[in-house]
Amino acid sequence: MTKSEFIDWLARRQTQLDYSDVDQAINVILESIAGALTAGERVEIRSFGSFSLHYRPERIGRNPKSGEIVSISSRYVPYFKPGKQLREDVNNIEENSGADISQDTELASE
Amino acid sequence: MSLTKAGIARRLHDEMGLNMREGKELVEMFFDSLRELLGNGESIKLSGFGKFDLRDKEQRPGRNPKTKEEIPITARRVVTFKPSQKLKARVENHAGSTEQ
Repeated sequence: MTKSEFIDWLARRQTQLDYSDVDQAINVILESIAGALTAGERVEIRSFGSFSLHYRPERIGRNPKSGEIVSISSRYVPYFKPGKQLREDVNNIEENSGADISQDTELASE
Repeated sequence: MSLTKAGIARRLHDEMGLNMREGKELVEMFFDSLRELLGNGESIKLSGFGKFDLRDKEQRPGRNPKTKEEIPITARRVVTFKPSQKLKARVENHAGSTEQ
């Protein structure tokens, strides 16, 4: 599903806001998350998951076209960790406690 | 300090004039809808932000870290998030960080 399809889907689900308001609201929500991450802040959404930054150290890479060796500087990358409820909803089955590898502290930092 | 649903609702209030209750409802609806769609097997691509995707994992051997007992990790479907180039470019130079 694309963003515009998602906006459409949300707009039909409620009666208070029209398409353009839902469009604007979604952009505000996504910009809030992106802005927080850019400022190095975590985002914790209960029952959905958390967004944070992961550090990647400098490494040696290769230009896939030319084969030239290049240094890739250290950087931060966005990371999303699904929350417990999202994991369960997506997996559609009761989590088997015996075989569950996840450490179920949904809001704990890594 | 981290951003939560309440903080996002406040942004909707500040930028769109929604009251806090409306903002909270909208934020809840946004994330509940994403969860519902993903639960129905639908991946969602939010351009400029990233893509929430689903991956089906096969069963693999696992181990209870406490008892060392071997238990298979059952086949499961998991959510992955692939950030857009735009989002990656924005956060990569988060130079002010002290986390290094």
